[in-house]
Amino acid sequence: MTPLLSARALTKQYGGRNGCRNVSFDLYPGEVLCIVGESGSGKTTLLNTLALKTEADSGSLHYTATHGDTLDLRALSEPRRRLLMRTEWGFVQQNPRDGLRSGVSAGANIGEPLMAVGARHYGEIRRAATQWMERVELDATRIDEFPAAFSGGMQQRLQIARNLVTGPRLVFMDEPTAGLDVSVQARLLDLLRTLTSTLHLSVLIVTHDIGVARLLAHRLMVMQAGEVVEAGLTDQVLDDPQHPYTQTLVSSVLPV
Amino acid sequence: MNAPDTALSRTSSDSTLATGTSHDSAAHGYNFAYLDEQTKRMLRRALLKAVAVPGYQVPFASREMPLPFGWGTGGIQVTAAIIGKEDTLKVIDQGSDETTNAVNIRRFFARTTGVATTRRTAEATIVQTRHRIPETPLTEKQILVYQVPMPEPLYRLEPRVAECKKLHALADYGLISVKLYEDIVHHGSIATTYDYPVIVNHRYLTSPSPIPKFDNPKMHMNPALQLFGAGRERRIHAIPPYTPVRSLDFDDHPFEVQKWQHACALCGSKESFLDEMIVDDAGTRMFVCSDSDYCHERRGDSDIESPAPLLPTARQGESA
Repeated sequence: MTPLLSARALTKQYGGRNGCRNVSFDLYPGEVLCIVGESGSGKTTLLNTLALKTEADSGSLHYTATHGDTLDLRALSEPRRRLLMRTEWGFVQQNPRDGLRSGVSAGANIGEPLMAVGARHYGEIRRAATQWMERVELDATRIDEFPAAFSGGMQQRLQIARNLVTGPRLVFMDEPTAGLDVSVQARLLDLLRTLTSTLHLSVLIVTHDIGVARLLAHRLMVMQAGEVVEAGLTDQVLDDPQHPYTQTLVSSVLPV
Repeated sequence: MNAPDTALSRTSSDSTLATGTSHDSAAHGYNFAYLDEQTKRMLRRALLKAVAVPGYQVPFASREMPLPFGWGTGGIQVTAAIIGKEDTLKVIDQGSDETTNAVNIRRFFARTTGVATTRRTAEATIVQTRHRIPETPLTEKQILVYQVPMPEPLYRLEPRVAECKKLHALADYGLISVKLYEDIVHHGSIATTYDYPVIVNHRYLTSPSPIPKFDNPKMHMNPALQLFGAGRERRIHAIPPYTPVRSLDFDDHPFEVQKWQHACALCGSKESFLDEMIVDDAGTRMFVCSDSDYCHERRGDSDIESPAPLLPTARQGESA
């Protein structure tokens, strides 16, 4: 099977410091890969570099598009990059307000990616928006309310709906459950697990929460000081951590 | 200031005013059409580029004009750049030749160029307009100059200028549909009634200046050259003759123009754009054509049309 996303020796640093160094991995279709690590370990930098939001310093990054072609993402022209982001990718921000358009209604937020790829039928856009609101367990009668009228957890679900409405193949998530209370987190994680398995999505999740990784991820990458110190199947890494840092990380989870 | 109008016919200007060597009836101390030749050249270059790329906003170095931004500085500069001695100018504001803005701009050009001005759409070679396209169909010999307050149709949706430029460059116009979607959500139909966004020549998203959407279909394949000047925003764009202009819409909410149940109370027209006027303190309403020339023409009263020729004495008194 060809990997969907393939990174080799990817490096992005800020003035020779921080950032991420020498990251290599393959992400296969339908796989959920979690990047865990402490604050400042370069998780978000890595995610932004992979999602082409920041330019990598060196290394290679390849993506297998729907039609089977392998694209060199670092050499891709801007129009094609934007097209890829619109049609095949999604990006869920840590703060839903960054990922949503605050001046327009929930329905327009979900419908915008559809209109961006050429949907010109109001009724169909609205139907899709209603369906997606139901799928992410939001009250569909609130479709015409502004994002500010929804709670934090609801906004996050709205953002997820907005990202999944175009049927992407690869979704990047930057700490999707951070800043939510524990019960809302649990429901959101449950929802994400259902969606990723039913839609056969490939997902890259950045988190500092081992619980999120345990619940969602098939595979895990542990980062420390900008480098991947350990990678492998989730259960394998968490139950039998090899690297001293991973051992600390796993043992520092508070037992309930 | 209720100064007399300077709508002179060419014959009357020859007879009443002293004939100079270059441009006979223009005011002394000013270059022809107010602007200096280098500025006009710069404007013409921008205009040529705008015509070559229909709907694309060409930046230009907007000059300070003797009226405030928002009163038609862009339109005046475009008119000043294209006007010649043989031209006949008509200026309308909201369709009317008699409003302050129209009267003053017409007088400004009558003074600084000495060209003939008119109120008849059919006689004009240049029509400078604010908020309307004349009802009388334009011809290939005419140029329509629009005064534009905000040339960027994405302005309310994407505040970053650099990003807007990128969206135009990539023809990435999904965002404008969001605006129409929100209209339907809040009003049940596309409630944008003026400055209705259009796609020019199947390519550029363009703001047609705040004309009512009633006038949008007139821009499509119009034989006249249409020039848009935005003085404050320093942008010029154009729609060349016979260029397709499509108003945006949804498949299930097609573009529609306004319709009235009334006919014009003065001329009885049912086809023209009507203004609702409150005529007394009791709130009596009256619907009349917004295009004053069209209305006069239909009523056949030509006497209202021709203003009294400007006397030389009045002119001297004015400039003093």
